[in-house]
Amino acid sequence: MVHRIERLGRVGCTSMASLGRAGLFLARSAFGVPSREGWSLWLQQVYFVGVLSLAIVLVSGVFIGMVLALQGYTILIDFGAEQALGQMVALSLLRELAPVVTALLFAGRAGSALTAEIGLMKATEQLSSMEMIGVDPLRRIVAPRLWAGFVSLPLLTVGFSVVGIWGGYLVGVQWLGIFEGSYWSNMQASVVFLDDVGNGMVKSLVFACVVTWIAVFQGYDLVPTAEGISRATTRTVVYSSLAVLGLDFVLTALMFGGLS
Amino acid sequence: MKRSKVVELSVGLFMLAGILGLLFLGLRVSGLTFETPEDTFTLEANFANIGSLKPRSRVTMAGVTVGRVTTIELDTEWYDARVVMEIDDDLEGKLSRDTTASILTAGLLGEQYIGLSVGGDPETLADGDRINDTQSAIVLEELIQQVVSNMATN
Amino acid sequence: MEDSPLVVVEGLHFARGGVDVFRGVDLTIPRGKITAIMGPSGTGKTTLLKLIGGQLVPDAGRVLVDGHDVHALSRRALFRLRRRMGMLFQSGALFSDLSVYENVAFPLRVHTDLPDSMVRDIVLMKLEAVGLRGARSLMPSELSGGMARRVALARAMALDPELVLYDEPFVGQDPISMGVLVQLIKRIHAALGLTAVVVSHDIKETLSIADYVYVIADGLVMAHGTPDTLDVEDDPRVHQFMHGEPDGPVPFHYPAETYYHDILDTRSA
Repeated sequence: MVHRIERLGRVGCTSMASLGRAGLFLARSAFGVPSREGWSLWLQQVYFVGVLSLAIVLVSGVFIGMVLALQGYTILIDFGAEQALGQMVALSLLRELAPVVTALLFAGRAGSALTAEIGLMKATEQLSSMEMIGVDPLRRIVAPRLWAGFVSLPLLTVGFSVVGIWGGYLVGVQWLGIFEGSYWSNMQASVVFLDDVGNGMVKSLVFACVVTWIAVFQGYDLVPTAEGISRATTRTVVYSSLAVLGLDFVLTALMFGGLS
Repeated sequence: MKRSKVVELSVGLFMLAGILGLLFLGLRVSGLTFETPEDTFTLEANFANIGSLKPRSRVTMAGVTVGRVTTIELDTEWYDARVVMEIDDDLEGKLSRDTTASILTAGLLGEQYIGLSVGGDPETLADGDRINDTQSAIVLEELIQQVVSNMATN
Repeated sequence: MEDSPLVVVEGLHFARGGVDVFRGVDLTIPRGKITAIMGPSGTGKTTLLKLIGGQLVPDAGRVLVDGHDVHALSRRALFRLRRRMGMLFQSGALFSDLSVYENVAFPLRVHTDLPDSMVRDIVLMKLEAVGLRGARSLMPSELSGGMARRVALARAMALDPELVLYDEPFVGQDPISMGVLVQLIKRIHAALGLTAVVVSHDIKETLSIADYVYVIADGLVMAHGTPDTLDVEDDPRVHQFMHGEPDGPVPFHYPAETYYHDILDTRSA
């Protein structure tokens, strides 16, 4: 029994310590003075993290929009309210699905790649050698990746919403034959830019910070062996998915909980 | 060096696409317009019951949206609901003083909105005026209750 | 000033994962000489270099580099001090996303404002010195281990450091590239008068270039002296290590209970 409490205490201490390390790490890398080539390094990372994730995000977005329209139609038609399909598709995408699904895809596509890349640099002593050359890897390697993630995920989320709404339009209007005017006008009547689009963007910004932070920190803090890298990559995906879903509930409660 | 040009270009396009996407979400999806808020004037109306009318609900005239509800509050003098709405500037000085405002429902279960219909009074409503002739929302439960009690008495 | 040692390590204690790596190590590394630190694998030789470079913090004791206490410096001052050091990592540690040329140019680009043409001259000079001027456009993944280490040497030399730290420079090399590296290190240090610390357990090669040798084992300095005096050292542990004997004070067997009992136990279980 004492043994168990002791172990619990030790686990608590180590996890607190690693949380502290992660916090210091974020503060030192994200808010340090950017290095001289910061801009072009950042640009390159936006390419790797953002542009290369675009394909998977857009394709998923179209399909999710289409499925939403199909499912929504079968439910709404029972109430004779199939005209409200546009509203349903747009609101569920903007408020929930686009930020959450994009963040999950991002964690799987870009987050795991970031962890593996930085982990490999650590394992091959590239980070150490950079330190010995007198360049802070937090600023040179980590900071551009963090900021690239912060910017890319919200942009990807916008892309997801747009193609999702278009996918809903394809299914609802072109295939199921809802009147085109009511698809858009119902949407416009119910979507409030600041409340729906704005809050979705805030969500996605929060997810971007959390997912990129987890990914980069896991890479930087891992045990520099082949096994360590594969474990850290898994941890990145698991932790960031859990963090995204948990935070989504908290944010939704804060943003939309008191509305109705 | 050619590769870095490709990177720069694609990142630029990515950013541009993001901004255009946001613009699409603003204009096409949320129906934002570039009109400034000064292009409206306000009217008030008191209702005995507003049903599920909300701020930002539509105000229509002959089915055409001409404004939006801005605030809803309880009028502590009469204990009814005071609704403030913004109406398009074009209509200022054109709505007669005996205009009626009624709370209508879109479809059986749809959202509630305010419908205006003009009367014949030569005098017109100005900014900040109150519409006196109002018709409350039809609350479905009350309606059903009436029908049921009618059937019972019959 | 010229005679004062460049690096002084005093009473260094360091533990990792509950294991004492160093239990009071004292070293002095004279200017302009090649000092070798030798010892069996797992005695924390690489850790010692990281402590000198300020990448790890000791539990007790201090490291002075040119009079500065490495672990009392601010982060900024530490990074400034490191510009005067070069370190050659065991794996080479070239930046895998940069070409050979860009790897060598990296320290110049981040620490100096030299125009491109001058950077080019310096990079080509350094690459010529390690015999890889022709490989400048290759990526690190296209290099053999020995070549990668030579490029890393060129990179470590790019800023003309005062102190070069070598982490196992000879390990895992074929005889030819080993010979090349020995020659290179010897020549560079003879020509430029740099201070070097070589961490290694390749006895023959290390002794051939070192001016002074420290032997570390069990977290302590076990012996030190010039290569000639160490060769005839009669401490049995030093003798075993220097002559590569399989059994001696450092036992061949990992500590275990007696073989006889162990076997019987397994049988009965």
